[in-house]
Parts: sequence; structure tokens; C-alpha cells
Amino acid sequence: MENRTIPRKKVTATVVSQQKMAEQIYDLWIETELAQDARAGQFVAVYPHSAATLLPRPISICEADRERCRLRLVYRVAGKGTAEFSAYRANDTVDVLGVLGNGFPVERAAGKKVFLMGGGIGIPPMLQLAKELDAEKQILLGYRNQDLFLQDDLGKYGQVYMATEDGSVGVAGNVMDIIRVKGLSADVIMACGPMPMLRAVKQYAGEQGIEAYLSLEERMACGVGACLGCVCETKDVDSHSHVHNARICTDGPVFEAGEVNI
Amino acid sequence: MNTEVTIAGVTFKNPVMTASGTFGSGMEYSDFVDLNRLGAVVTKGVANVPWPGNPTPRVAEVYGGMLNAIGLQNPGIDVFVERDIPFLRQYDTKIIVNVCGKTVEDYLEVVERLGDEPVDMLEINVSCPNVKEGAIAFGQKADCLYDITSQIKARAKQPVIMKLSPNVTDIAEMARAAEAAGADALSMINTITGMKIDIHRRKFVLANQTGGLSGPAVKPVAVRMVYQASHAVKIPVIGMGGIADGEDAVEFLLAGASAVAVGAMNFVNPYATIEVIEGIEAYMKRYGIENVTELIGAVSA
Repeated sequence: MENRTIPRKKVTATVVSQQKMAEQIYDLWIETELAQDARAGQFVAVYPHSAATLLPRPISICEADRERCRLRLVYRVAGKGTAEFSAYRANDTVDVLGVLGNGFPVERAAGKKVFLMGGGIGIPPMLQLAKELDAEKQILLGYRNQDLFLQDDLGKYGQVYMATEDGSVGVAGNVMDIIRVKGLSADVIMACGPMPMLRAVKQYAGEQGIEAYLSLEERMACGVGACLGCVCETKDVDSHSHVHNARICTDGPVFEAGEVNI
Repeated sequence: MNTEVTIAGVTFKNPVMTASGTFGSGMEYSDFVDLNRLGAVVTKGVANVPWPGNPTPRVAEVYGGMLNAIGLQNPGIDVFVERDIPFLRQYDTKIIVNVCGKTVEDYLEVVERLGDEPVDMLEINVSCPNVKEGAIAFGQKADCLYDITSQIKARAKQPVIMKLSPNVTDIAEMARAAEAAGADALSMINTITGMKIDIHRRKFVLANQTGGLSGPAVKPVAVRMVYQASHAVKIPVIGMGGIADGEDAVEFLLAGASAVAVGAMNFVNPYATIEVIEGIEAYMKRYGIENVTELIGAVSA
């Protein structure tokens, strides 16, 4: 559930740096006051300059440097808006709405044995999470192929295990295959990735009887809970909507796995 | 400078409202906007019972606008009366409740429930393109529109605004039907039915296949329809469709709108409503307009 205490705002941020990390994956640092409020698992909505692409793009927070007021956004170029972002250079400006969403409940994992599971473009939020979590961290990363990213940054905060779909690096398969092949176990799971991965994580957590927190994605318009575009079906009647739908932008993006029907 | 406008006996401090479905019940935007500054908050549509809405994806971006097929998800009138109306009453703004339904009886139930509530006006949504039954069917045939309007007027205690669909051949005919049935005002346009296809997956982008187009892309259509409708009837018209700034709003006023609403652009710029108010004031100052009502319908050939 939403536990926001600081008002959201739309601000103009300045690009600090940008570089390409892997095929279609970009690493963007921006300077903005929003960094002061950012927590792991939250996101910002980034506005393209072009008036043809009106809506802001929801992008997860990869790292927040609160002291220097900087946010690191690692994103995949998926269309016209993100293609525009990928051309930004230092000192360019960009409008950003944030910070949005609830974030991961890091207190639920304190002192425990935790899986941080990231698949593809679900990997970036694992970095800020790894920084904030005071726990025994096993970081499970799934990639398509050897075009890896963020594995070294994540390695500073825990034991990293990798899987690739083509078997070129680490375990052949996905993050679930890592658990099986390496014989790993955990008390709590925090995960972000494509829907098939999250379904598998939910099923595994259910079978093992362990807590799991999943960060979901959906097409969004407003990002602030007004348009009801980005809903997810919930097990119980949601306290805001009074139907079996929660807003991913506001009530999420992180949900306890048992709460959502995915 | 006087920005007040009066519609069906209700006086608004300025002619700027929120378009239904784009602003929740105001709560979601209260981080960004001082709701006291708005002419009115027009709420998300509310039905007699909770509606779950459509499957996702429900929204898609298109050139200069967006498609939505939310399907009027709403918590139902009971929750709305307990939670949303008391929230809005804390503010010095008018409350217009948007009412939706699948049958005439659904609409009447909501209208009657609202009769003793502290709301200023009702806006009747007979123009949602994303709900399979009811809704738009009432707004696309003049005789159906006449019928539902007259039944609602017979029960409503507050002035009634009929929100019209642009997905009709002759908007003037629809406007006249609503007026003849006793509507106190009209609002337009609701969204224009559209479609987007993902060429890489060869699939519809929206789960509902079709969705309603809104945003700057629809503005010229909306201005034209406001012009045609406001010249066909004597009751006031509230204009909306892609309004992003004060200049857009002035265009609607000149076309004949007595007030305007900001819709999809709230999603793009959460401060849009305030910027529209300030933009209208800047226009009035620039051209020495004392009363904003001087602008209503002031376009000439």
C-alpha cells in the first residue's frame, strides 16, 4: 500500500552523464532534488521533449545519490520516447515527475536471507535495493545473452549469480534455473522482471511458503493514481478502488505476491 | 478583472474545470494543484455499484494524444458519497459529479442518491465509447438521448449537464435533443473512438481493441463541435478536448463555450489546470477584457 509522505512534483532535471551499457540499454544520471526522497523500488516518470510523445515514461530508480541529488536511471530503448532520451548528453535538461510508487519494503527483509531477483530491464531497481538492504543478499540476474549490465555494480553488495537464455554466461536459462542448479534458498524474495518470470517467482514462493515482493509494470498515463490505466487484479477488494484492482503506479509497483493475481 | 461565469444558476470563480476521468476526485492531484483555485472539479464517473473496468492494457499513446479504454472503473456511489464528496467539500470549489450507468435505472439510482448531497451539478455520461452496454448508446441516437435526459431531469435535484459524444454525424441535432428534454447545459467532447495496432506483434495495443482518443490531437474537432452545438442551442456548453494552456481555453470560449475543462493534459502536466487559469487571465489582461464572459462566442467570420 501507498505510504508516501513527501508530495510528488514535476521538476526540471539536468543530465549529468549518459552512456550505453549494453544493446539498447542506457545508463543515465540526472541531477534533481527528487533524489532526496527516493527509495528502492520507486520510479520516476520522464517526459520526452517532443510534443508528439506526450506521456511521461515510467522508469525505475537504479540508484539514488541523496547527498549529491542525483538519480541513476538505467532503461531500455523501447520506442520513440526512450530513443529520444538515449540521445541526451551532459547539461541537457529533462522534465521528471516523482518520486512515484511505494518501493520495496526493505524492513521485511532486514537481517534475513534474501533473493534479489532481476530479469532483463527488471535488474536496475535491484541496485538501489541491494544498497538499502541490511541482509544476507543473494543477487540473481537473468539476461538474454552475454550482453550483461550492472553485474559489477551489484557484486559490491552481495553474491551475484547469473543466468543467460542462450547459456553463454552462468546458468543456462532464467533466474529460477539459478535457484535449482545452485541449490539456493532464501527467507524473502524481492523481484522485478518480465511477467512470466514474476509468475514463476510467485509460484515458487507459494510452494516454499516464503514471502515475496514483486515489482510490476504496466502501460501508464498519469503516474499518480488518477487515470486508472495501470491496474493489476488483486486477490481482495482493493481499499481505494473497491473492486479487485489496484493501481500499479500508486498502490504499487511493488506488491506482496499473494496480493496480486498475475 | 472578472473571471466568474454562471451556468444554470451556479456561479464558478473561473471557467476552468477538470474533465471527468482525468482528475480522479481531486485527491490524486492535490499534491500539485490547490483545488481552491479551480472553477470546479468534475469527478470520475460514478455508477450505482462498483465497476471493475476493462482488462489492461487500458492506455496507449498516439501522435499528439492518447487512447484509453478504462471502462469506467469506479468504486460505486456508496463509497463515493462517504469518501469523495466529503474530501471535495473541504475546498472552495464547485463539485460536479459525473454519473454513468448501463441502464436508465442505473443512472436514475445515482441521480437520486445524489439529490441530498452537497454537490453543485450533475454531469451525465452518455458518451463513453469503452463500455459495451448502455453509456454511449444513449448518446448516439437523438431519441434515446431525449428520453434519458427527460427521465433524469424529472428526478434530479441539481442542474444537469449532458456530456455528448463526438462519435455522431450531427452534433447539433444531439444538442437540440438534450435541450428539448430539459438539459440545463451540455459538455463536449467525450473521446473519439480510435484504434492502435502494434505492427511488430500484429496485435491490438489495447485489450479492448478500441479506445477513446484525447489530447491535443482532438482539439480542432472539439472546437468545431462546440461551435456547432453552442450555435444550435440556448443552454450553455462546457468545452473540452486537448486543452493544454490558456490560449487553447480562449479558443473554446470564442467558439461558444461558457466554461472549459482540462482533460488528458492533466496527465502530461499535473499543473495544467492552474496554467490554463493563469493563461486566460493573461489573455484578458493583454486585450483589456474586463469580464471573461465577453469572450464567450465572440468569434466572428
